[in-house]
Amino acid sequence: MQILKHAGKAVAAAVAALALSAGAANAQQAFTIQIDGSSTVFPLAEAVAEAFQQQTQGRVRVTVGESGTGGGFRKFCRGETHISNASRPISASEMATCRAAGIQYVEIPVAFDALTVVVHPSNPLRSITVEQLRQIWRPEAQGQVTNWRQVNPSFPDLPLVLFGPGSASGTFDYFTEAVNGRARASRTDYTPSEDDNVIVQGVATNTGGMGYFGLAYYEENHSRLRALAIDSGAGPVEPSRQTAENGSYAPLSRPMFIYINAAALRRPQVQQFAQYFVNNASRYSAQVGYIPLPAAAYQTYLQRVQSRTQGTAFGGRQAIGVTIAEVMARPLIVEPVQQ
Amino acid sequence: MTAADTSARVDIATHPKSLAVRRFKDSSFIIIGILATLIGLGTLVALVWELAADGAHRLNAQFFWSFPSSNPAEAGILSAWVGSILVILTTAFFAIPIGVLAGIYLEEYAPRNPVTSAIEIAVNNLAGVPSIIFGLLAVGLFVQLLGFGQSILTAGITLALLILPVVIVATREAVRGVPQEIRQAALAVGATKWQATQHHVLPYALPGVVTGVIIGISRAIGETAPLILIGGLTFVAFLPITRPGDATFEVIGAVDEYGAPITPDAVETVRIDHDGVVVMPDFTEMPVVAGQTYELPHGATVQSVATWGDAIASWSPTNWLMSDFTVMPIQMFNWTSRPQAEFLELAAAAGLVLLAITLLMNGMAIWLRYRLRKRIKW
Amino acid sequence: MDRDFTKRRMRLGERAMEALLFIAAALAIGIVGGILYVVISEAAKFFLEVSFVEFVTSTRWTPLFEDAHYGIAPLLTGTFMSTLVALSVAVPLGLLVAIYLSEFASPRARETIKPTLELLAGVPTVVYGYFALLFVTPLLQNIIPGLPGFNLLSAGIVMGLMIIPYIASLSEDAMRAVPNALRDGSFAMGATRLETAFRVVFPAAISGIIGAVILGMSRAVGETMIVVVAGGQLPQIVTSPTQQGATVTAFIAQVALGDIAFGTLEYQSIFAAGLALLVLTLIFNFVAFAMQRRFREAY
Repeated sequence: MQILKHAGKAVAAAVAALALSAGAANAQQAFTIQIDGSSTVFPLAEAVAEAFQQQTQGRVRVTVGESGTGGGFRKFCRGETHISNASRPISASEMATCRAAGIQYVEIPVAFDALTVVVHPSNPLRSITVEQLRQIWRPEAQGQVTNWRQVNPSFPDLPLVLFGPGSASGTFDYFTEAVNGRARASRTDYTPSEDDNVIVQGVATNTGGMGYFGLAYYEENHSRLRALAIDSGAGPVEPSRQTAENGSYAPLSRPMFIYINAAALRRPQVQQFAQYFVNNASRYSAQVGYIPLPAAAYQTYLQRVQSRTQGTAFGGRQAIGVTIAEVMARPLIVEPVQQ
Repeated sequence: MTAADTSARVDIATHPKSLAVRRFKDSSFIIIGILATLIGLGTLVALVWELAADGAHRLNAQFFWSFPSSNPAEAGILSAWVGSILVILTTAFFAIPIGVLAGIYLEEYAPRNPVTSAIEIAVNNLAGVPSIIFGLLAVGLFVQLLGFGQSILTAGITLALLILPVVIVATREAVRGVPQEIRQAALAVGATKWQATQHHVLPYALPGVVTGVIIGISRAIGETAPLILIGGLTFVAFLPITRPGDATFEVIGAVDEYGAPITPDAVETVRIDHDGVVVMPDFTEMPVVAGQTYELPHGATVQSVATWGDAIASWSPTNWLMSDFTVMPIQMFNWTSRPQAEFLELAAAAGLVLLAITLLMNGMAIWLRYRLRKRIKW
Repeated sequence: MDRDFTKRRMRLGERAMEALLFIAAALAIGIVGGILYVVISEAAKFFLEVSFVEFVTSTRWTPLFEDAHYGIAPLLTGTFMSTLVALSVAVPLGLLVAIYLSEFASPRARETIKPTLELLAGVPTVVYGYFALLFVTPLLQNIIPGLPGFNLLSAGIVMGLMIIPYIASLSEDAMRAVPNALRDGSFAMGATRLETAFRVVFPAAISGIIGAVILGMSRAVGETMIVVVAGGQLPQIVTSPTQQGATVTAFIAQVALGDIAFGTLEYQSIFAAGLALLVLTLIFNFVAFAMQRRFREAY
């Protein structure tokens, strides 16, 4: 008798727990705003999410992932996330995927970035030309260019140890297109990581190290790394707020975005968060090391959030070397969405 | 004595095989052995020293009661340790009963047949499967096939499977150690086999079983790799536990995959807070009554269908099982991968907490085992 | 009548309990089956797209890039290199400790040292990763100038320290199980303890010791966090431990740290890598188990 009771109890408890958890709890789990995507935008989104949760005293949950712009859009177009961080505009194929899934989005440029090329602080090099960058990072350099000397005889005699964003990264897409001329064309014998901190650590601990990522990660770590000035024909230009704003840091200045699911934007929590993001983007992008847009731009984008105006201003194409003013001036192209 | 003899004697004295040399080698090996042991123990000391030097000054109340933050001065491990406790509770819930019952079966009941040897081979092999493979199982089976999502439930079950062999083997050893006479005495007075096991064998085996459970749980607490696959999150600034009434309720009408109504545009989803209010986009709050319609500032209208009472009624004590989560080792890993010194200090502090927990548990298990060996003499 | 009923119920209860116990035990088979099913079925989808020949012969592993190559060799060399380093730390140290504990140490010393050493095996591996990256690597960089910040050497060394207890403890068990008659015989012939340990006990326990080493090796091959944190994540053919490299486990973790897009080739590639890892460790476990069983049968 007792035996049965014990056995039965154990089984019943296990089954009950499973049923409860798998079924009921799923339906009434407290609402969480899911954000994923670019690790370049991550520091900004994290700072905003944190402040927002403090302000709402934990009533609205926000999670921020960093699986790269491409990885973020994959989830976004499957409807798994509400907001996707992106360090490049949505691509044509991603637009198609979203369209097929019936996912509409509101595109908000949130800040500007100066994509920064970094080396070890002991490296005597101060600047590099875009052509030299191409010699180092182009696919043909795979296994061939392994010493700084090979790029230019005046460069130090150090093994070239490369770190860079992984292939799901928008920074990877942007850099390869801006430098190598074709998006996603890159040598592959470097350490790829979706976590920019790995790149920081790699370059900071290798005398011959080189890597590239968003300005915020350099600002955070400028004591450990040296940023190279970029020479695109008009002399070397340091990455900074000023040079990105006036467009002289070319071609590595770029806008960063968040894409918000238009249906989710109807939810008060998401609407609330998106407005909070736009209203505070200026403050937090400066805080984490990015370049805020002009106040008028944020005013425009706040209206875009409130009116849930869909579409992208880039038509699925990369925006190489656009200035802040150009981004603002672009009209939105609304994709027809299959219902 | 001839010259040859003398030289021979000298040879013997300095010969490598001389007793003195052999004795010397013998005693110097003791030093080598102790040195080798000290390297092992030294590692443990260096480990604690390194973590303490980097992170001890971070161990304050704020560290334990704060969420992770992009500002290292404000960051803490609140969501991590709460997550760890919930995951471990789930793990224990599955691993202990299953492991103990399986151990009892193999030791007391299992007939010698191919099925039993298959089970034994399976248990032995499970113990040697790398933990990250359990992560693959979790992604393929629990996340994908069974739809548990990247939740505490998935993490708890995965770790339960991981430590199952530890619990099974410990139970077997403990049960095996109980002398045959105890069983025979019980059976002789008319007890059934299970009664004998339950009332006589298990109590004596209990310390051994507990030892195994402690070691298994301690391993689960420190395990990181499989949880990375499940997708333990890097930035979780909320607690998975919800208060009664802390639930979101959908509003009338057809809703899309987000729970947002498709038509008409005006209908909205609202969240009923614990005190029965809706939080408005401008952070003001307003009380709600079921069935009433409200205008929201950005032009939409909502009609709520639930009140606080409904929320209370539908709250379940286990709804954290399906929640997103983070755990201590994942939080530590996240901080370790950041290059800034402040985050590394946080990582070290989290490491100290982890180390303290696991060493304490292992120490407890060792002490239990030791006491067990001393006290019980059959 | 009533007693019969009680008896029947009791018998029924016994049966039910036995069935429950059996189910709990048989679950182990279910789990192994589940692992094999999930890993093999996803890996099979991978091999529908990527030829097995490419998997085995290509020297590049870049599944995440457009110019995708799927050669497992770089990951295997990374795994072998870190394991090799780990074993060259753990085997000498572990065996010295085992011989010392089994043949020289007083029972009291043994009772204290053995469990304390076993604490090493209980330390969470992510803590070891931190230790490797921020303690051992800077230390080594003082000795080896130009050592990259991520390298398999420090990951391997720390991994070796981690598996010392496995090797020491199991080898000590094996040596202690050697009958005292063998030792007495050796002492009677005038051998010292050291000579007895190396010439009599060690050879007698050799299959148990090899089993212990292989088990330690299996741990090292399957270890993830230490190499993820300290070893670097660059899948290249590794020829020196001072290089950075990705292990099979590190690759799986690296993909998981990004986005796992279910059903894509990237997703399936971690199962293919996982299958290679699983096969490797299962072989090790099997050999170790067989060795230890042979040893047990010998005495």
